[in-house]
Amino acid sequence: MEIVGRSITRVDAVAKVKGTAKYVDDHFVPGMLHAKAFRSTIANGWVKSIDVSKAKALPGVVAVITYEDVPAHTFPTAGHPYSKDPSHQDVADRNLLTRRVRYVGDEIAAVIAVDELTAEKARQLIDVEYEEYAPVLTAEAALQPGIPEIHGGTGNVLGRGGYEVGNMAEAVAESDHTFADEFSTQVVAHCAMENYSAYAYMEENGRIVVVSSTQIPHICRRIVGQALGIPWGRVRVIKPYIGGGFGGKQDTVVEPLVAFLTTKVHGRPVKMELSREETFISSRVRHPFQFRIETGVKNDGTLSFRNLEAISLNGGYASHGQSIANNCGTKFRQQYRQKAIKYSCKTLYTNMPAAGAMRGYGVPQAMFVMESHLDDIARALDLDPVEIRLKNIPETGHKDPLNGIVALSNGLKECLVKGKELIRWDEKKSNRANQAGTKRRGLGVACFNYASGTHPVGLEVAGARIVMNEDGSVQLQVGATEIGQGSDTVFSQMVAETIGIPLSMVHILSEQDTDISPVDLGSYASRQTYITGMAVRKAAEEIKAKVLDYAWGMTDIPAQVMDIVDGWIVYKHNGEKITPLSEIALDAHTDVVHAKPFTADVTNNARVNALAFGCTFVEVEVDIPTGKVEILEIYNIHDSGTIVNPTLAEGQVHGGVSMGLGYALYEQMLFDPKTGKPLIHNLLDYKLMTALDTPEIGAHFVNTFEPTGPYGAKALGEPPAITPAPAIRNAILDATGVKFNDLPMTPQRLIAKFQAEGLI
Amino acid sequence: MYDIARYEEARTVDEAVALLAANPNARIIAGGTDVLIRIREGHQPSAELVGIRHIEELSKIELLSDGTLSIGAAATFSRVSKHSLITHLVPALGEAVETVGGPQIRRVATIGGNVCNGATSADSASTLFAFDAVLQIQGPEGVRLVPIREFYRGPGKVHLSQTEVLTAILISPENYNGFGGHYIKYAMRKAMDIATLGCSVNCKVGAGNIVEKARLAFGVAAPTPIRCPGAEALVEGKPFNAALADEFGKAAAAEINPRTSWRASREFRLHLAEELSKQALVQAFIKAGGKVQ
Repeated sequence: MEIVGRSITRVDAVAKVKGTAKYVDDHFVPGMLHAKAFRSTIANGWVKSIDVSKAKALPGVVAVITYEDVPAHTFPTAGHPYSKDPSHQDVADRNLLTRRVRYVGDEIAAVIAVDELTAEKARQLIDVEYEEYAPVLTAEAALQPGIPEIHGGTGNVLGRGGYEVGNMAEAVAESDHTFADEFSTQVVAHCAMENYSAYAYMEENGRIVVVSSTQIPHICRRIVGQALGIPWGRVRVIKPYIGGGFGGKQDTVVEPLVAFLTTKVHGRPVKMELSREETFISSRVRHPFQFRIETGVKNDGTLSFRNLEAISLNGGYASHGQSIANNCGTKFRQQYRQKAIKYSCKTLYTNMPAAGAMRGYGVPQAMFVMESHLDDIARALDLDPVEIRLKNIPETGHKDPLNGIVALSNGLKECLVKGKELIRWDEKKSNRANQAGTKRRGLGVACFNYASGTHPVGLEVAGARIVMNEDGSVQLQVGATEIGQGSDTVFSQMVAETIGIPLSMVHILSEQDTDISPVDLGSYASRQTYITGMAVRKAAEEIKAKVLDYAWGMTDIPAQVMDIVDGWIVYKHNGEKITPLSEIALDAHTDVVHAKPFTADVTNNARVNALAFGCTFVEVEVDIPTGKVEILEIYNIHDSGTIVNPTLAEGQVHGGVSMGLGYALYEQMLFDPKTGKPLIHNLLDYKLMTALDTPEIGAHFVNTFEPTGPYGAKALGEPPAITPAPAIRNAILDATGVKFNDLPMTPQRLIAKFQAEGLI
Repeated sequence: MYDIARYEEARTVDEAVALLAANPNARIIAGGTDVLIRIREGHQPSAELVGIRHIEELSKIELLSDGTLSIGAAATFSRVSKHSLITHLVPALGEAVETVGGPQIRRVATIGGNVCNGATSADSASTLFAFDAVLQIQGPEGVRLVPIREFYRGPGKVHLSQTEVLTAILISPENYNGFGGHYIKYAMRKAMDIATLGCSVNCKVGAGNIVEKARLAFGVAAPTPIRCPGAEALVEGKPFNAALADEFGKAAAAEINPRTSWRASREFRLHLAEELSKQALVQAFIKAGGKVQ
């Protein structure tokens, strides 16, 4: 391969560096109106009365819309493909504006004004009277009988799931030891650099155009149609450049409302941009989980059974809901071999911000409990943490008993071996007995598995379109969104590679427009390179076949003996140049008899999946008296099949590990236990790491080839964020002998436990 | 989205005082790194502002004839930390203000604004307490001097009337000559953060390696920055050793009464107070020329 596998400069680099790349906020439409949501200041209750007269009277206010003005039907918001099967559909539990408020920040009304400041001032003039219920912030509170249900008829249970595979009774009987423990993870936020922002207007024919910072334009169109109760084809969604998503924009947060608001002001453009504070409290967050885990193990470290119980708190609305807990259980199962395994989970409504998709989709939680617990077992049995993992990982070719995914490539063993070398595991382990000073060092490891897309749970349709120009260059259109991950560059590389033209001859349209772009489900589930890549490759192959077929007609040389290399038609057997591709393309555009410009429009339904694997190795230094953890070395080693663009892949790993480090040590959203008010809603209090807090991150890849993936590639987007937290937890345990089972591992938590265990 | 109704810019302190006196709604803005946040959060609707950023006399850092170090209130943190008078006479102050925010903030935020904002967490404040700084304030009635320890009234509240301007922060020679100082900002991040606890120790070494003078100040241990006279007195006149530093830490923790909040528990803050004051004393003692061990 010439171009796939090379660190090509990203195709949008110059536009982004120069600032010419346009994001939602860079688009100015004449006469744009601005909307601000009036949000609930209580966590649980309903609006007894609302008075918007003062807000309406403020000069510059165009309209004030309340829950009384919106359709009565509810709609779902999650960015999943639509299913005709009602049991597989997302829970429809939202209204555009609500009288029944379910978290602090819930949207009761919206003010539309000539500018943002006027909208903000008018919002403050709205008077509201509530009937308030006690906030439900914990699993215990949610399941308490007799309390007002957050959504009627649910008992506050949004979903349940689980499985049992193998003979559990036999596996329990065969175990030499049984270990049980409890773990918990916190609420964190995506913190994409660009907040949620969208504007909408109506065309003369009554269609609604929504311009949004979204990962999922085609799904967004469907949801806006559902929310407004109009035919889906009456909606057009345009996605310009986007400043990060991380799963938060695999959801519809502002689009349905702005689409509705424009209909209330005769189609005038209405924009709604959430502030950072609103983004924190009123968009989506990561699900906090509580776990109870039990593991049976033989003396030599062989796992005999594993049993995990999980409770996931979903906040006030369903969003992705139970899917996250289900994915947590799937990856828990796929990680190791054992005789029997059981998982049971439930997802509960609470009066907190809705939890949705976030990089890793339930798997950072799964791997935190599983990989932390496994280290405790290794420690108790005096086994090396790497050895116990090597002993239990599934072999290549392992077929999952429930979803049927076969691991046709599996480089996890190579990842573990490489990580050990990189961090000099054995050497450091043997030099580290009985540390006693105030600064203590430790090593940690944690493994993960992940999927490339959602099959067989979700549909995996992807579209690509290629049109060749007179000079042999091409336009490439995809429906999958570039959200910073580099997919536009990777797709361009695939097209250049497949057709046989230089990368400079591939022009990708970065903007998605549901009126123009091929149908694709969007950017999520680490699916773009693998799933959309299949469609891109097929389209490029089709173009190439058409070119060679046409060339046959022009040259009398059979297509099957020709190839295209670097923009030339050549003999396949010796590379001898026959004619420039541009000659063929020009002829196909201009020949009065045979003209037929080359185009391909491909949709691929990928009914296949591939597992990606990897691990984190970390060395920490814990300062006992101050409770600070310093990362001395950290390596993420990935099996993602063929790496299409090493520099971009490294970027993914750096970003993901940074997110994982924040999850481990810094980030959390806290809520007042009495009122449910968010205590942390800005980037001062939410401790996203700064550059100074971020260590040097080592990104490494092992060589595998995934036979089902385009060019051998499989998932990489989400995996890097998964294992830093358990690896760091295990390294702190190694350094201090103290177990931390709750995230994040903040200095205050460290100090309290060091005091309790006599280290201070 | 800033709700600013009026902005006037003063070129001299007299002009600033006159503009403030002429409009009871007018408030001072210097670097704006606190004021603009308040306005964005809606706490100062229809703000009317008097800018003092371009008053030249306010950014001067100079040595007065009696040896007093005078730091103009509108001197930015980056100016303060790099100025040779600061690095020579009161390096601990320069180091302390280098911990504020990030480089962009330090280029515009002013030391006077940091004090007048009244925050207990202000990174300059605990060190200025340890230096027994005196504030020079000008109003319609003229100039008055107030020790920084008497300036704070409570969280976000200081003894500065609407018509007054803090013009300079003064540190007299008896408070810096021979002192070594050390500031520890304990925060969750290495930049762009506010202190969970700030601890500043200045000390002077006497013959026989004794702690001749010690000054200990905390930020975030109370609603305002505070000094710990008990801990100071405990170690003054005694030969330095590790046990003395431990006692100093324990005395400091005994002297403060922090609250539990969601940001940090009382127990955590007390532990930090003990640990940080101990560490800061050791470092300050070394910087003052003392020998440890």
